[in-house]
Amino acid sequence: MSRFTVEVLVTPRPGLLDPQGKAIHHALSSLGYDAVDDVRVGKAIYLEVSAATSQAAAERVEEMCRKLLANPVTEDFRVTAAATGAGS
Amino acid sequence: MNVAVITFPGSNCDQDCVRSVELAGGSARYVWHREVSLGDSDAVIVPGGFAHGDYLRPGAIARFSPIMDAVIDFGRGGGLVVGICNGFQVLCEAGLLPGALLRNRSLRFQSHDCFMRVERSDTPYTGDYRVGQVIGMPLSHADGNYYADPDTLAALEAEGRVVFRYCDADGAVTQDANPNGSLNNIAGIANARGNVLGMMPHPDRAIEAVLGSLDGLPLFTSLVGALARAEVA
Repeated sequence: MSRFTVEVLVTPRPGLLDPQGKAIHHALSSLGYDAVDDVRVGKAIYLEVSAATSQAAAERVEEMCRKLLANPVTEDFRVTAAATGAGS
Repeated sequence: MNVAVITFPGSNCDQDCVRSVELAGGSARYVWHREVSLGDSDAVIVPGGFAHGDYLRPGAIARFSPIMDAVIDFGRGGGLVVGICNGFQVLCEAGLLPGALLRNRSLRFQSHDCFMRVERSDTPYTGDYRVGQVIGMPLSHADGNYYADPDTLAALEAEGRVVFRYCDADGAVTQDANPNGSLNNIAGIANARGNVLGMMPHPDRAIEAVLGSLDGLPLFTSLVGALARAEVA
């Protein structure tokens, strides 16, 4: 077994009203950042997971996303697993 | 007759709900979230509050509390289950009701009185109201913005499962009267069978004159009455 750092990005589904994103977009516009066309706010969750391979770690966490970490009605998720300590 | 009121760590309306049932002439008891059985309960109330701190998403962690398997089985079997405020969020997360409660459109915690129009009086929770009746009670939430995908929303409307809708004092369903951005001004919905109800406003905070409104009490007298009729039958 190896240790993997798994990053989960949970984002509001496309088309869903995202009032936080709208508020931030508005703030950026008032700071003069006119090039921003859209802002959406999600959350990042980091898990330290023991698994045989990074793929096994990712699959395990995808299952957790379907069950708990994301709400399928309103959120999408993306999972990335990397050996802990690698590439940081 | 016995109504189970579920207490999670962070629930803060469980006492209000027990008192509401008692004022309506019924009896209620607290069931701690770590219990695994509802015992001989005839109905379940999932109360308001901030179960498990609302961490991750409101209701997301509460939905996996040990008692919830029993609540889900009870609701799927036709038992009467009502979720108020945080309880509504828990029931959506648990899949007993469709859709989800998103962050309020205002991004603010909304805490004020609201009006709702009663859309159905033929549920176990609304028999003591009239269709079209305008009722007032407090709401208190950060995540009450009801959302469902277009197919689900269409089914809710077609099947008459919207039980309460935000409106103004005259009963007009307007965007100005919508406190949180809920689709179609939805304040409360039922499942297809009609035995599970979820609502964001607080009938349990409108049960005595001293609280400023009595408009929540009929919800509990309706429930107690439905249970009493079931006992006779």
